[in-house]
Amino acid sequence: MLSILDYRAGNLTSVRRALDYLGIPCTITADPQEIESGSGIIFPGVGAAGTAMHHLQASGLDRVLHEQTQKGKPLLGICLGCQIVLDYSPENDTRTLGLVPGRCERFDDQWTDGQGLPINIPHMGWNNIRLQAPCRLFTDIADEAAFYFVHSYYPAPEAEYVLGTTEYGQSFCSVLGRPGLWAVQFHPEKSGRPGLKLLSNFYQYCLEVAGAQ
Amino acid sequence: MLNKRIIPCLDVRDGRLTKGIKFKGNVDIGDPVETAQRYYEQGADEIVFYDITASHEKRSIFLDVVERVASKIFIPFSVGGGIASVDDMRQVLWAGAEKISINSAAVKEPGLIEQGAAAFGSQCIVVGMDVLRVAPSETIPSGYEIVIHGGRKHMGIDALWWAREVQRRGAGEICLNSIDADGTKDGYELTLTRLIADNVRIPVIASGGAGTPRHMAEAVTTGHASAALIASIVHYGQYTIPEIKQIMHDQGVPVRMVW
Repeated sequence: MLSILDYRAGNLTSVRRALDYLGIPCTITADPQEIESGSGIIFPGVGAAGTAMHHLQASGLDRVLHEQTQKGKPLLGICLGCQIVLDYSPENDTRTLGLVPGRCERFDDQWTDGQGLPINIPHMGWNNIRLQAPCRLFTDIADEAAFYFVHSYYPAPEAEYVLGTTEYGQSFCSVLGRPGLWAVQFHPEKSGRPGLKLLSNFYQYCLEVAGAQ
Repeated sequence: MLNKRIIPCLDVRDGRLTKGIKFKGNVDIGDPVETAQRYYEQGADEIVFYDITASHEKRSIFLDVVERVASKIFIPFSVGGGIASVDDMRQVLWAGAEKISINSAAVKEPGLIEQGAAAFGSQCIVVGMDVLRVAPSETIPSGYEIVIHGGRKHMGIDALWWAREVQRRGAGEICLNSIDADGTKDGYELTLTRLIADNVRIPVIASGGAGTPRHMAEAVTTGHASAALIASIVHYGQYTIPEIKQIMHDQGVPVRMVW
């Protein structure tokens, strides 16, 4: 059972729909016991960093996430859930979870795209990933596969946590973490088959970890 | 590199896919869920649904379509037509759409853009603009005027001013439809597309006039659009989405080729 973290940030159903389609059991929850007994946690990406952190702190879920990831419970952060695992976000000047060292930054509106035109912000649409380190999430996913992004801030973790990068004006980190604690800036639940494959790779990892314990 | 998006647009009436034929009304051309699924499997980058159902009572039929689509296709899709309040937006977003598109409602009540952006985030809010070419004047210096009701009602609003205004109010994207080009199959209105795309920093979707894949390539190269909206060219099987993408790819346009 995967726990989709409910941090009262709005609509969390798109990740659940994708998992339902894949036949992966899941529940949308904010209950620490349920999260602890599940085999992995998905932190979906909705809303703004400030509001999300406020709810996480008020509900004590920030502590639960620290404890669970320390115990080796697999976590997958998506979009905002990718940025919030870092230490700091300039969005609402927010101190974030600090599960992975680093911060996030806003796209620079002086950057230009391949045509030499100023980049649009948000970065919205399908873009590619260049893996910088082996990553289980991408098992059996073609190198040329594109994923759906929509964001104005991007993660900038410490170099050893950069797992994949994407070009938009400049190269930025789009996949980060370490084995078992991953975060992706794009939306796998909206990235067609490659995105669904990534979700099922995460679930396979969760099952292996649960089986080993 | 960010890929240019190909976005099929589906008009839905009473839960069925329809296509408006000039002077002949609307013709039923299939089931919207099956069609959306087919386009998803063929590599569409996004899908737009327009609810052209006349009556408010039949809204639930459309919401049911949205829910069924959301459980079967895993790419972003937006919903437009009949959205005039934050509650309307919430209904379609909760049913599973990523984005909502507002057009005449935004012209009549621009505050709706801010309200939607505040409630759901700018990335959810697409503002549709129907634009007609007119003689440049003091009111319409760009020579492009905002119209509503399919072009029947002139609003006395300059399209370039309006594009900047909707961006300022928090729109995340603009869907730019040229009434002059719509239905001609002679290509998108490139001058208009480029004018708007160069003067806002949010993505612009070109709409109206697609007849060949070459037109779509033009919209995103010469026209500087981020995406091209298509309808009859794929609905009637003239081209498939993979064929369109291959032709664009051969012309050097970055498009998503693996799905």
